[in-house]
Amino acid sequence: MSTGEKFIQMVIAIAVFFAVVAVILLLTQRLRSRRGELVQSAAFVLPALALIGVGLLYPAVTTIYQSFLDRSGDAAVGFDNYKTIFTDSDQLIVLRNTAAWVILVPILSTVIGLVYAVLVDRSRFEKVAKALIFLPMAISLVGASIIWRFVYDYHDKSQTQIGIANAVIKGLGFDTYKFILNDPWNTIFLIIVMIWVQAGFAMVILSASIKAIPDDIVEAARLDGVGGFRMFRYITVPSIRPSLIVVLTTISITTLKAFDIVRTMTGGNFDTSVLAYQFYREYFVSANQGLATAIATLIFVLVMPIVIYNVRQMRKLEAR
Amino acid sequence: MSTAIPEQKGVEAVVAQEPVTATAKRALSSPWASLAAIIIAVLWTIPTFGLLVTSFRPESAITTSGWWTALWNGGWTLDNYDQVLNGSDTNLGTYFVNSMVITIPSVLIPISIAVMAAYAFAWMKFPGRDFLFVAIFALQIVPIQVTMIPLLKLYVNQGFAGSDAPGGGFYTIWLSHSIFALPLAIYLLHNFMSQIPGELIESARVDGAAHVQIFTRIMLPLMAPAIAAFGIFQFLWVWNDLLVALVFGGGSLEISPLTVRLAELSGTRGNDWFLLSAGAFVSLVIPLIVFLSLQRYFVRGLLAGSVKG
Repeated sequence: MSTGEKFIQMVIAIAVFFAVVAVILLLTQRLRSRRGELVQSAAFVLPALALIGVGLLYPAVTTIYQSFLDRSGDAAVGFDNYKTIFTDSDQLIVLRNTAAWVILVPILSTVIGLVYAVLVDRSRFEKVAKALIFLPMAISLVGASIIWRFVYDYHDKSQTQIGIANAVIKGLGFDTYKFILNDPWNTIFLIIVMIWVQAGFAMVILSASIKAIPDDIVEAARLDGVGGFRMFRYITVPSIRPSLIVVLTTISITTLKAFDIVRTMTGGNFDTSVLAYQFYREYFVSANQGLATAIATLIFVLVMPIVIYNVRQMRKLEAR
Repeated sequence: MSTAIPEQKGVEAVVAQEPVTATAKRALSSPWASLAAIIIAVLWTIPTFGLLVTSFRPESAITTSGWWTALWNGGWTLDNYDQVLNGSDTNLGTYFVNSMVITIPSVLIPISIAVMAAYAFAWMKFPGRDFLFVAIFALQIVPIQVTMIPLLKLYVNQGFAGSDAPGGGFYTIWLSHSIFALPLAIYLLHNFMSQIPGELIESARVDGAAHVQIFTRIMLPLMAPAIAAFGIFQFLWVWNDLLVALVFGGGSLEISPLTVRLAELSGTRGNDWFLLSAGAFVSLVIPLIVFLSLQRYFVRGLLAGSVKG
């Protein structure tokens, strides 16, 4: 397809879509009776319901069912796929890495975001300073991975270093380090990329929350002689506790589902795979449908309690 | 002694004149705090800055010296961008077009469907309304990985996937992005919409306006900021997505977006930094412009709980 054809396809798709919407609106516009209102509601809601039913509900149920079948989906195997996840030595490394991601990324991103938000709050360069940290949010995880692969670039100590991390190490007189190859620390260096992306998100939410702390509380504490670190510890942190939980849980969910960084930086090699990437690899590379759907279901099971907790916290925030 | 007295007076005068907020400000912006903030900002900026500098350096210089040497040695070129956009084996221009073609409908379609559904859930009466809304809200917890394999099979069986499919296979990507966006979009827009005072809707109804008129004449203009907030969010999400494009693009590079091509380049030509650096920035330009110019709306969307993974 040429560029022109692609844009024509796009315009056709959008035009057809809006034509259908317009026809629905025009047809139902004149209905005024009690039954007419029902028809109108249906016209407004059914497109969304149909898409969600076919695209989310049906596939989710099917996936859970398939996770109890074998690799080609022919015979039932009970919990064997789940047993593989928790006993196979390769899969155990995947679980170990996933745990490291889900523990380290939310905590470190939140701490860095919080500290930074407090440091730049009400300073002269606040806007610029915040934009600098926030910027990685706009970058795709693929782009971020390339940016960081360049930072981690490795050459033998005798050669010129073009990656800044090894250049600094060499400048300090140490031997250069294979950041991406050396298990198990390579997982930590991939995690740093995710922290780099997520700290901006934490910073924005927490900064808004800090600004919402009533002035009189801060003032009263200051008159009592509270300042500096104790202000942070006893006034700031307790006041923004609900936002802190929302940020922590949201980043945990995002981290559990992110697979781009692992795929772009290592392709899951050198013992760096995580659940979200393993799902992709088992289905599209190993053609093992049973194991892939079991991994997807496990992600679902892990995400569920965090989301429910997160939603409750958000409700509380909104109620205030 | 003679010098100390005027000094003391000076200090007292300053303290007396200084408002309380200024004292607070001074305590917060101690030199150590500023230093820590600057260190974090520099650490966060250097990786991107390094790749940006690299993208303007000649291929031979990139591999023989660190990018920081270019800051004082100079030697800039636009060759990398020329090669990446027009070179025969990379030709990112095509993928740039693909990204646009994928993103625009994937933002417009779910937002339109979601605005209508959100209006119905907020202001229309029909049986099962509350149950359906809670159900849609609850479906947000389904990770997209869980839906992918059956959905892909469904597309293949219906003839939507593959290069012979209508629209060259773009429909599967548009549809998938639209579906995955809906629960959050409906929830978010419903929240904004139910904050609009009920008297406004009531009085319009008394004046004889039907739902369709209320929706198009009153609701849509009032909802513009909320729609913008979600729109930017969805735009960044789709433009930066790798998983959906990989799975539902059927593996054909014909319709793949920039992210897929970049990920592939990173795998096959992992040390050709002149290609990767320029390619990364070609993919960054549009989201950065959107993000920086509409940051206000984006932050509002984030604060309203529009968080998706």
